[in-house]
Amino acid sequence: MSAAAEPIIEVRDLERRFGGGRDLLGRPKPAVHAVQGLSFDLLKGETLGIVGESGCGKSTLARLLVGLDRPSAGTIRLEGRDVTALAGRDPRALARVVQYVFQDPVSSLNPRKTIRAILEAPMVHLLGLDQAARRQRLDELMDAVRLRSEFLERYPHEFSGGQAQRIGIARALAADARVIVLDEPVSALDVSVQAQVLNLLDDLKQRFGLTYLFISHDLSVIESVSDRIAVLYFGRLAEFAGREALFAEPRHPYTRLLLGSAPVPGRRSVSAEEELAELPDPLNPPPGCAFAPRCPRAQEDCRQRVPQPQDGAVPGSGHQAACLHPASGPLAGAEAAARA
Amino acid sequence: MSARAARRDRPDQGRPSPWALLLNNRLAAAGLVILSAVVLLALAAPLLPLQPPDVTEPAERLKRPLAEGHLLGTDDLGRDLLSRLLWGTRVSLAVGLSATLIAAFFGSLIGLVAGYAGGRTDSLLMRGIDLVMAFPYILLALAIVAVLGPGLLNALYAIAVVNIPFFARNIRGVTLGLARREFVDAARLSGKSHLLIVVTEILPNVLPVIVITMSTTLGWMILETAGLSFLGLGAQPPQADLGSMLGEGRKLLFTAPHVSVIPGLMIFLVVMSINLLGDGIRDVLDPRLKSGALARPSARTEVRRERVPPEPEADPGRVVSVAGLETQFRIGREVYRAVGGVDFRLASGECLGLVGESGSGKSVTALSLAGLVPSPPGRIVGGRVDFEGRDLLAASDAEIRSLRGGKLAHVFQDPLATLHPLFTVGDQLVEAIRAHQPLSRAEARERAHALLGQVRIPNPAARAEAYPHELSGGMRQRVSIAMALANDASLLIADEPTTALDVTVQAQVLKLLDGLRAERDTAVLFITHDFGVVSELCDRIAVMYAGRIVETGETQAVMAAPAHPYTRMLIDCVPVLGQPGRRLDAIPGLPPPVNRLPEGCAFAERCPRAQDDCRAGEVPLEPLAAGVADGRAVRCLHPIVEDEKKEPAE
Amino acid sequence: MLYVAKRLLAMIPILLGLTVVVFGMMALIPGDPATAILGSYATPENVERLNRQLGLDRPLWEQYLVWLGNILEGDFGRSYSLNRPVIDEVLERFSATLLLAGAALLLCSVLGLLAGAVSAVRQFGWADRTITFLVLIGISLPSFWLGLLLILLFAVELQWLPASGMVAIYGGGGPLDILTHLILPACTLAVVATGVIARLTRASMLEVLRQDYIRTARAKGLSERRVIYRHAFTAALVTVIPVIGIQAGFVLGGAVYIETVFQWPGIGAMLVKAISTRDLLLVQGGVLVVAASYVLFNLAADLLQSALDPRLKG
Repeated sequence: MSAAAEPIIEVRDLERRFGGGRDLLGRPKPAVHAVQGLSFDLLKGETLGIVGESGCGKSTLARLLVGLDRPSAGTIRLEGRDVTALAGRDPRALARVVQYVFQDPVSSLNPRKTIRAILEAPMVHLLGLDQAARRQRLDELMDAVRLRSEFLERYPHEFSGGQAQRIGIARALAADARVIVLDEPVSALDVSVQAQVLNLLDDLKQRFGLTYLFISHDLSVIESVSDRIAVLYFGRLAEFAGREALFAEPRHPYTRLLLGSAPVPGRRSVSAEEELAELPDPLNPPPGCAFAPRCPRAQEDCRQRVPQPQDGAVPGSGHQAACLHPASGPLAGAEAAARA
Repeated sequence: MSARAARRDRPDQGRPSPWALLLNNRLAAAGLVILSAVVLLALAAPLLPLQPPDVTEPAERLKRPLAEGHLLGTDDLGRDLLSRLLWGTRVSLAVGLSATLIAAFFGSLIGLVAGYAGGRTDSLLMRGIDLVMAFPYILLALAIVAVLGPGLLNALYAIAVVNIPFFARNIRGVTLGLARREFVDAARLSGKSHLLIVVTEILPNVLPVIVITMSTTLGWMILETAGLSFLGLGAQPPQADLGSMLGEGRKLLFTAPHVSVIPGLMIFLVVMSINLLGDGIRDVLDPRLKSGALARPSARTEVRRERVPPEPEADPGRVVSVAGLETQFRIGREVYRAVGGVDFRLASGECLGLVGESGSGKSVTALSLAGLVPSPPGRIVGGRVDFEGRDLLAASDAEIRSLRGGKLAHVFQDPLATLHPLFTVGDQLVEAIRAHQPLSRAEARERAHALLGQVRIPNPAARAEAYPHELSGGMRQRVSIAMALANDASLLIADEPTTALDVTVQAQVLKLLDGLRAERDTAVLFITHDFGVVSELCDRIAVMYAGRIVETGETQAVMAAPAHPYTRMLIDCVPVLGQPGRRLDAIPGLPPPVNRLPEGCAFAERCPRAQDDCRAGEVPLEPLAAGVADGRAVRCLHPIVEDEKKEPAE
Repeated sequence: MLYVAKRLLAMIPILLGLTVVVFGMMALIPGDPATAILGSYATPENVERLNRQLGLDRPLWEQYLVWLGNILEGDFGRSYSLNRPVIDEVLERFSATLLLAGAALLLCSVLGLLAGAVSAVRQFGWADRTITFLVLIGISLPSFWLGLLLILLFAVELQWLPASGMVAIYGGGGPLDILTHLILPACTLAVVATGVIARLTRASMLEVLRQDYIRTARAKGLSERRVIYRHAFTAALVTVIPVIGIQAGFVLGGAVYIETVFQWPGIGAMLVKAISTRDLLLVQGGVLVVAASYVLFNLAADLLQSALDPRLKG
């Protein structure tokens, strides 16, 4: 992606709290920050990968982007329009531009509806197509996701996971959306089917000029699909960079841990932390950097203030890390020793 | 988990219609017959040559059943009991049905709204429902009748009102679950309004539950309206329903019992037939009960061997030898060959990775060794498992029990589901230790703390007092590992132990397992779908497809130069870290369902190298290079040989 | 302990809600109490004066507070049909009901849990079939009819047990005498609840036996006995206990029929009589006391459940 590409979605200081408020006696109730202080742009035509482990807020972020949930603070702008306001006022206008592919392909299809009914819903409610137009569009869609059109009359339980996910993708495409948020689209699938779906997604992106926000916990999947990558930890941005830069020279210690932990077929390469890794308690987060308790590079100041994402050695490269003492150079030291 | 996979992979075979299923259930069919007969008689009452139900005839009073002109006798006013019974049944059925419909309508409405809206609406509505439920059932009905005054219609309202909470709570529960399902979000993103979502997306899924609740409460409602009438608070004379007939007959209990026994019998018949039918309807509509899924798994897999291989030659270094293992699932008339003849051996301290996709039979293989495949529907039909000097498939239950958790230990996939939620992890560890070692409770506890320390759980004595839900996923899996190591196992079977964990936690658990294996010289059978994890831990791997091992050998050798086309394609279709530009070659098609395995090679259908001979006859697992004892074997007639393989990665 | 205190506090709104419902229902009753007391020939002035005396001219919520205050002081008014304070009559009869309902509840819990567990463990065996069949009959029987049949059999035909009442008319009143009178009504009352509990226990045992942690228990090498009775039964109990609490409501309510059939001098028989004589203050007192005791039963079930299941103590 060239830096000149214009943003289609701009996220600024996004925050989503769950719980909170006060109880009947006026005492504050515990609150969990699922997402906090998140800012980034989604550029037209790119695939932005969001990677992180469970509890990092990636699914919350996805729901916020499509208007299924509302932020507690901060803004999301879609081509200049405020997504939150749009979701309240005219959710259909939002759904015409941004669509969603769910993690669990089976759970995302209503078991009592035919595939035709599922795929026609967005055409009727979002585009107002008449019957003839719908029939034509259905044929195009089924062709695009490489399913036979006789499947249209069947029910979701008659499909394998991979086929069901392709129907989920077809539904997202049905309303001609330009941005698709993919929330762990291949995690529930077997590896051999994963590749089918990944290849299909790549093909559709070229064909329809789509923009993807691709969420996954799997680094190798993220690496294979993304142009730029955001690493989340505990609801905050840890690192943000272009794919090559991130994998060649990860700066945040968490990114380095993540890369070192991922097993690679055909090699003994994994390096693990010495101490037992425990995520911080979401109800009682540590002050300062949330990663500090696990971090080999942590110093006193890490436990006092929350680091903000900052550009690295090359300003303007867009390689940001939210770390007070970032690492530099390729994966080195313990990680590299283990990788050799 | 593979029973589930087997079921999922089954293509739809034209399931019998709900009616056929209902009629297959003999009890439900009996209920339906009785109920239909009663309903028909009651409906036909005006047409039948009956005496009028309310005409008194003092001369004919208190005739016994089978008296001339009065088949069921007469009551103390000389009224014909048969006629009164049929007319009374009409009233009781009508009242019960109306009350059910009223309760179902309002209850379901409340439940749908509360469950879908959630938040304040939900808690407000449910507090109201709780309040109604805070009254003992009949008492509230009594209070309502007390306010409205006795009468059949008032009794109907009262019964309907007190039953609204049952519907509301049931429907709300289901709706709540559905409203969080992803298809509801998908419908919102398809532009559907909330009202449309409730009506077109949620209601069709809730309808079976409404029907089930109706069929199970209808009997109750008839019983309870009869009860109110029995107390004189429902139907008022001269109108009679079954309950008021019984109530009036009670006065004559000692002189003419038939006056009260007959209407009571009718109530019983009606309610029982409704209950029988209701159970049948529930079984048909409740998907969990289909295909015998609720059958209780027995303590040990059923073994009925048709083929028993000979005993393997002795080998001091070997821990376990599996030969010709075949495990099937029998569901209805279908036979799922989940494991179709698996052979492998493990030496002490060795780690064998069993790799495959879901439904390949890897987990069933692992569970078969100690007889942990649920039976029914599982059954071991062939093979032998030699461990600790005996064939486990022929061992007694007591022998198996002493090996389980002793020399043969397991670690399973999801550590939250595999630990008992109601006992502390310390207690569960102590239990595992004391099942095999004659230690006192205090000694076992000390040993448990030591074990928790060995799996690097900080502050073991305090953690032992924690319940599983209070620990993180990684910590729970450590507890499972500690439990497996409690009695010095010589073989550890680990079934996808890191699949449910985050990658950084997975790295730690893998490291822990590797360290413990080296330290204790334990043999490990490691089941996974992930080639990366296998490469990390295993000396040898065996790749499974459609219930059989298709390739096996040293991990490095297989990964560098897979000989079976399936192995090659499976490796190629996974993205690899550090090689983002690599093309992902998807495997076309799907694995064959294991109840419809093709003849010959199961992979032939998807294989680019398949030739005619692949589809004819058994393909054996044979050494790749004849005469080379490197343990490399492949089940393929046209394996990929050295010179044509791709450059190995890097 | 904190949990217990929380649960106790949470009871207060429910109890208050009960009083609101009961008060509201009484206020809904058509007719003007003053007219009812003075007769239809009373002058409008007299009616108005009496209304003022009774506080009926004040707003409804004020009337409620006064009424609630009286209730809290134990003043439930005076029963006109019995001509004695409602509270005296209610408490006297409530002890008889408590005895009957308590015995029935004990019976149905023990039998129901036992039958359900046996049924699940011997799934599809003859014991399971027999129990399932008996349970089906049990939950389909009208209890008031069953009571009559039992009287016919045990009191009239066999003459083993007394047909009705709580004590023998001549020289009764000893514990043994009460016990013989208790057997038939308590068994009748327990039948339906036993069926419900047995069914649920069977279902939840079967559900639990398929859980992964049962496989773990077997993989540890525990004896099947321990797997079933310690691991599975404890887990099943967690889902059954709240239902036993709900059954307490069915038993307390069902006592209405049984007390009528067996002429047991309990609160249920009193309520039926009070409704037919329109003695509404007596109805109100009886309903309040029984409902409040039911809330306590449910609280006990809740506490028991949370004692078993650590996940519930949030």
